[in-house]
Amino acid sequence: MSTLSFDGIGMVFPDGTEALTDISFTVDKGEFVTVVGPSGCGKSTLLRIASGLLEPTSGAVAVDRDRLGYVFQDPTLLPWRTVRKNIELLPELHGVGKAERRRLALDTIELVGLTGFENHYPKSLSGGMRMRASLARTLTLKPPVFLFDEPFGAVDQITRERLNEETQQLFQHEGFAGLFITHSIAEAVFMSTRVLVMSARPGRIIAGFEVPFGYPRRPELRFDPEFALLSGDVSQALRGSYS
Amino acid sequence: MTTTPDVADYTPAAAPAPEMPDLGDPDSSGEDSALDPSAPPSASKRIRVADLPRMVLPPMLLGGALITFWYYITRIVLDETRRFLLPYPHDVLQVGFLEWDKFSIILKALGSSAKVAGIGLAIAITIGMLLAMLMSQAKIFERALFPFMVTVQAIPILAIVPLISFWWGTGQPSRVIVCVIISLFPILMNTLFGLQSAERGMHDLFTLHHAGRLTRLRKLMFPAALPAVFAGLRISAGLSVIGAIVGDFFFGRGEIGIGQRIRRYAFQLDGEELLTAVIMSSVLGVVVFWTFGLIQKLVIGKWYEPQAISG
Repeated sequence: MSTLSFDGIGMVFPDGTEALTDISFTVDKGEFVTVVGPSGCGKSTLLRIASGLLEPTSGAVAVDRDRLGYVFQDPTLLPWRTVRKNIELLPELHGVGKAERRRLALDTIELVGLTGFENHYPKSLSGGMRMRASLARTLTLKPPVFLFDEPFGAVDQITRERLNEETQQLFQHEGFAGLFITHSIAEAVFMSTRVLVMSARPGRIIAGFEVPFGYPRRPELRFDPEFALLSGDVSQALRGSYS
Repeated sequence: MTTTPDVADYTPAAAPAPEMPDLGDPDSSGEDSALDPSAPPSASKRIRVADLPRMVLPPMLLGGALITFWYYITRIVLDETRRFLLPYPHDVLQVGFLEWDKFSIILKALGSSAKVAGIGLAIAITIGMLLAMLMSQAKIFERALFPFMVTVQAIPILAIVPLISFWWGTGQPSRVIVCVIISLFPILMNTLFGLQSAERGMHDLFTLHHAGRLTRLRKLMFPAALPAVFAGLRISAGLSVIGAIVGDFFFGRGEIGIGQRIRRYAFQLDGEELLTAVIMSSVLGVVVFWTFGLIQKLVIGKWYEPQAISG
């Protein structure tokens, strides 16, 4: 059985907007699947359905929601908590003891490179660092399934590329099943094992591409001709989705 | 260029975890290498000594101008028989502030009113915050209570004071009730607004991880509400002082507060004492306002950053 599977998902909002139609795909352990699509095509809705925040109007999702990793578009750090206390929040909500919580937090802080900033409040961090703290918070759960809702959309290009590099390293290191939402083709191809292209609303999957590159992926991969060819194919499919 | 509390993006390439694979080009961390994470996050907000004249001079100049204008009115505009209406500033200082037997009477009355205001405020805070939490937990309470809160708030305090004395007499409890009624609304509304101000994403986070109602209230909604709560507190505290003075002024009986003193001085045409009492009432209001500002700074100053209007 797959770690995460969508079976014929359809979503019609109460106001009559049809957001998604007939979405079926699976994400297995060791897979990093990225969904690209035009703005407003229902990509985020798909993640909300996967996480159980939203019930689909048709179809079914199969996933273990006990330790589901979910990184939001915004870092959603609690401004009154320091970096460390923010990262301790999820174990805290899951009833993990104080000492263990602290150990988990310090481990993941090191993993995302925020060592030295444990006692800073979110207001004194840059956008990229806030996102790293948000990633660390999710990592404390050691989630078997990791959902990313376009998390790097608000940071600058260089920071975004670095975060992409770190995310694929985390993927290699932690071995979760990843589902990533974005509208950046470069980001999608760079990190994923598979890229799915979604159409404009109502969203459905119109194309899928296997990404043949191994891990770890070097930043230079972005300038590889093969990378460019694949990005071109995805772009072509995506352009078709706008019609 | 100004020093901002923000720090540049920090890259893990500078200190990779031992078990982590190589994080790529180490040179890419160059822009961040000067960053010192141990530096206090917001040391730049402190006021420097060099800024002092710029901050203190304008109000001092205006204050001087106002006192000069005061002298001008007393000396030039008012003739000698009507000078009691506005005594000279130095006479007010001499008679009102420096003659201890007179000043101590004013201070004692002020203390009595401050006590009433304090008790009233404490009750208003308790009731206001409890009601706000109730209203935030169940929409039905909000719908039920809201029109009545607005109605009570809309009654002019001058209309409610006679009613209160009619029901409960003119003792201390009645004064406290005036303070509670006048200061309840801001604390209630601000707390309610604050409790509802946590971002949707944060609520989603708590939902995803199966947080109970109480956990959500304690760890998310209540801390998120604090900045608004303090804004409400500052307004309510000022209003409570006004309530104590107005109540005392109209009841005109029982333990003597600053309101009764003001009334008596006005009747007796004691201009110096009257002005002293008015000035001291204002001082009390200012002290209360700043006290709550200070508490706010101590409690949430470390993490709360007021939304600056950026150009």
